[in-house]
Amino acid sequence: MRKPSVELLLLGFLSSCEGSFSALSPAGDKAHTIANIFWVLSSVGLVIWLIFVSLQFYIYKIRRGPHDQKKTQLLVIGGGVIFPLILITISIYYTLRPLPELVARAPSGSLAIKVSGLQWWWRVNYLIDGKEIELANEIWLPVNEPVQLYLESEDVIHSFWVPSLAGKMDTIPGRRTHLSFTPTKTGHYRGVCAEFCGTGHALMQMDVKVVEKKVFDEWLERQRTPALSDGSRGEKVFITNGCIACHTVRGISDIGKLGPDLTHVGSRHRIAGGILLNNKTSLRDWIDHTEIIKPEVKMPSFKMLTDEDKNHLAEWLEGLK
Amino acid sequence: MNDSLKRLKKAWLIPSGWRYWSEVNNSVVGYWYTVTSLIFFFFAGILALLIRVQLAVPENDFLTADQYNQIFTMHGTVMMFLFAIPIFEAISILLLPQMLGARDLPFPRLSAFGYWCFLIGGIFVCGSLFFNAAPKGGWFMYPPLTSTHGPGIGADIWLLGLTFIEIASIAAAVEIIVGVLKCRSPGMRINLIPIYGWYILVVAIMILFAFPPLLAGDILLEMDRAFNWPFFDANRGGDPLLWQHLFWIFGHPEVYIIFLPSIALLATIIPTFSRVHLVGYSWVVLSAVGTGFLSFGLWVHHMFTTGLPGITLGIFSAASQAVAIPTGVQLFCFLATLLIGHVVKSVPMLFALGGMATFVIGGLTGVMLAIAPFDFQAHDSFFVVGHLHYVLIGGSIFPILAAVYYYAPLIWGYKLSDKLGKLCFWLVLIGFNVTFFPMHLSGLLGMPRRVFTYSDEMGVSSLNLISTIGSFTLALGFLVFLWDLFRPANKKKPREDNPWKAGTIEWLTGSQDQTVGIRSIPIVKTRYPLWDQPHFLQDVSEGKFYLPDALEEKRETLVTSTLDAKLVQCLRVPGPTFITLYSALFSGGFFIFATYHWWTATLISGLGAVICITYWCWSGTAWIPEKEKKDIGLGVELPLYKSGPLAVGWWAMFITMLADITAFISLIFGYFFYWTINENFLQPHTGPGFFWPMVGGILILISTGLTYFGKSLNNKNKTFSFYLILILSALTSSGGAYAFIMGPLVYKMSPTSHVYPAIVWVLVGWTALHAVLGSYMQLYCIARRVGGKMTARYDADICNVSLYTCFLALTAILTALVVGGFPLFAQGTL
Repeated sequence: MRKPSVELLLLGFLSSCEGSFSALSPAGDKAHTIANIFWVLSSVGLVIWLIFVSLQFYIYKIRRGPHDQKKTQLLVIGGGVIFPLILITISIYYTLRPLPELVARAPSGSLAIKVSGLQWWWRVNYLIDGKEIELANEIWLPVNEPVQLYLESEDVIHSFWVPSLAGKMDTIPGRRTHLSFTPTKTGHYRGVCAEFCGTGHALMQMDVKVVEKKVFDEWLERQRTPALSDGSRGEKVFITNGCIACHTVRGISDIGKLGPDLTHVGSRHRIAGGILLNNKTSLRDWIDHTEIIKPEVKMPSFKMLTDEDKNHLAEWLEGLK
Repeated sequence: MNDSLKRLKKAWLIPSGWRYWSEVNNSVVGYWYTVTSLIFFFFAGILALLIRVQLAVPENDFLTADQYNQIFTMHGTVMMFLFAIPIFEAISILLLPQMLGARDLPFPRLSAFGYWCFLIGGIFVCGSLFFNAAPKGGWFMYPPLTSTHGPGIGADIWLLGLTFIEIASIAAAVEIIVGVLKCRSPGMRINLIPIYGWYILVVAIMILFAFPPLLAGDILLEMDRAFNWPFFDANRGGDPLLWQHLFWIFGHPEVYIIFLPSIALLATIIPTFSRVHLVGYSWVVLSAVGTGFLSFGLWVHHMFTTGLPGITLGIFSAASQAVAIPTGVQLFCFLATLLIGHVVKSVPMLFALGGMATFVIGGLTGVMLAIAPFDFQAHDSFFVVGHLHYVLIGGSIFPILAAVYYYAPLIWGYKLSDKLGKLCFWLVLIGFNVTFFPMHLSGLLGMPRRVFTYSDEMGVSSLNLISTIGSFTLALGFLVFLWDLFRPANKKKPREDNPWKAGTIEWLTGSQDQTVGIRSIPIVKTRYPLWDQPHFLQDVSEGKFYLPDALEEKRETLVTSTLDAKLVQCLRVPGPTFITLYSALFSGGFFIFATYHWWTATLISGLGAVICITYWCWSGTAWIPEKEKKDIGLGVELPLYKSGPLAVGWWAMFITMLADITAFISLIFGYFFYWTINENFLQPHTGPGFFWPMVGGILILISTGLTYFGKSLNNKNKTFSFYLILILSALTSSGGAYAFIMGPLVYKMSPTSHVYPAIVWVLVGWTALHAVLGSYMQLYCIARRVGGKMTARYDADICNVSLYTCFLALTAILTALVVGGFPLFAQGTL
């Protein structure tokens, strides 16, 4: 038990760094393939552009008299037809060869997660042994193991994009799309919604943590267990002020389905759809100024609670590890 | 000034005072059109600066999320629909007749109508921003964000306002196609058409097939919004992806619709400054045609991340990359032209070369995005923002700036400043690259598009600041441009005719009176007559060619045959009128009131529009001439009246109906799209049955036959039978409409319950509306004959109406087979 906790500690330290958004520092098999394609294509593109511009420069600035007409026509055929034809043939071959692999599903038996896009957060359901474990805005994955994501939407079109791990895939109402990849490096990665989805589009993000298998199992086990009622004031505030109408805290109340599941909200790196670092102050701010932090969000602010109640509620939520 | 010129001037006189706004001549309307599009361009440019200010630093609060979303939506919408497409129509209306050696386009009043629609619609759409009511679903308007999840009026303004403008665009396309095909100088065979004419023909044809799918989409989305018909609601069988298909079947060709006309400007400018003919004329033409053709098969590359099957991705990926080949041919033909010529350094050349260098970057990143695997990452990120601006600014704005500097002497009579031109060029070039190049990187670093803010953690803060600094440099460049256009010193410049020594015939008009256009319509024998045909300028100015006079003081231009430009007709074109403005106002009212669901006002406006347009047709088309033939000079006599396939009006009807039937087929596509994605599309529903749709189809088919019979009776001068048959035909056609409506009605199909009844209702509604319109046209023909405006000899009206009924019959048969026959077929009972 000792080693994982050390790793957890270390991970806690690492995750205080921001986490990568970049498609150019890949940490998944598919992101890797695509990054390589990018470097090759952009280098070739640069060379082509330099040739073209040098030709322009030569024509406008350097050469003196007109060129021979016959020879110049060869340029048109060579530069305009043959050269692009060859390049594009190579490019189609080179870039489409990995396509089947990029769109392939993960082998059966792989870790399966259903992710639904909502305005403006992500509902995450781990599908384990025929059961669903509902979480929100944060996904943990074991390193070097393929994962199959089932993507759905509950309102408008969103797009699931964790640039460091794989390309994006839209979530479309009435349809189920698929995304699978294998994370290859442990670390903390950031995801965003890539399809414009309304006012809060910019404020719809998520955290993805890639960890060793053992750490993952331990984490999943904890996420699976319900919260324990401690009869605290915060818990009472949560129940009596209607929070439970939208939010589920397993073990306390599971009526609320509209908002994110908060069973282990304290364990998450960020809150509010992946935009605020998770601590007591943020939680309080969120309860107090919901609409200011995220305009037009469905959750109303709970300004009317007394300062004391807000503090207790925030404290309790933070404690839901 | 001799008498002939005096008469010519009198015929083409521009009304003064407030009546100036009744002018319909291409040079005036084209000028309004150009200026208006440029105003919209600067408006959208200011919106872009607001966007850049907001994104200059992370977590900025200069704009709220809601304001930002309205602004970026409007930036895209205005640039695309109110600038990029209209500017090409504007330039074409302004210059095309001069390039073809015509005095005007064949339907001047249609151009004016299009202009007024564009202006009214544009003001309506832009104005919404000042009432905090602008559309905010992005210029691509993806439902359900813009349907069930998009309350407010913004999306309706977008849908109805732009539908109105799209109709104007289609009108301009009809005008341009007929202009290029039928109104060229005699002798200007198909292989002598100015290169600009070729491109613009290709583009106008693309509009004809690209805009109708969007119109169909607009209809479905607006029905969804206004009446809760569930086309895009997945819970009731709809599917948001249908919109994406329809939108991008329009949207991808749209890119080429924007940049081909600009490439055409380059193809016109470059030979002038090389002093040689364009190298590879036929290659360039074929490439333009090829690009236009290919562009319709690429739309799925905008949907690579919607979860389509891998094979689809592969095919569209390969096809999209293939576009690089025709594009490469065009660019290399330009370079080759420069290589074999003596390059004259000038401001237009700077913009041309700068534009090409910029565009090539956009083209290369375009090939990258066409590659599905790369697109998985780059799609909907700032990489795409960078890419599309390289394409559109390099491929369109630079050439347009080149064209303004190039054509300034033709339009105002003087050159713009070389010094300011160079300053403008460098500011625009540097500002542009500093703005948009970093976006490629910020996109790959994880910055999605259309975000009103970003956090510092994303690591794109400095890139964004650089972009913002660049955008203001770019704006400074445009300020220099504006100053160059408007500075007072311009007025004092001496008049210069053809200062660039160009070889194409639009430069003939520079030396003459603007409105009359060309002094006499020349016989063209080469692509660059001013260079190659001896004494050409002198002969034209001395009125030694056709139509140097207007004996009857009427506006006239020549119609020639499509392929070899042989003389066909001396066409009388209509002069100034306010009816086009009134028609546009009422049509605008129809769309604008519908936005606010003021149905009574909508209905009154619609009625007003019908009355105005009818009066316009009645008073301004198919004039019976006072004599059969007219002497046009050089001892040639030409008929003044043509009907059927030889008349420009018939061509306009044919082309308009091609667009119409394309919209209808897009709706049919919708029907089958729902059927393929939804196995429960047909089963649980009944209706509209087999009987009523078939009755409707057959009745309309009979009506078409009757119309043709009526046409022959008219030619045989059997007046009474003609009236009888046409009344019968009108009744049958309306009866067909009734039968179509009865189908879903007797089965009590509720269009809000599921997408199946909804799409059936749309199809029968579309058909019924066309059938009723057909009846109206038949009654119009009767009235024309009664009113003495149509005779056995002068029968253009009935010719055009019978052509309409052919398309109507096709529509009716397809509708009957699809809504009546297909359900039986699919369920195995037929």
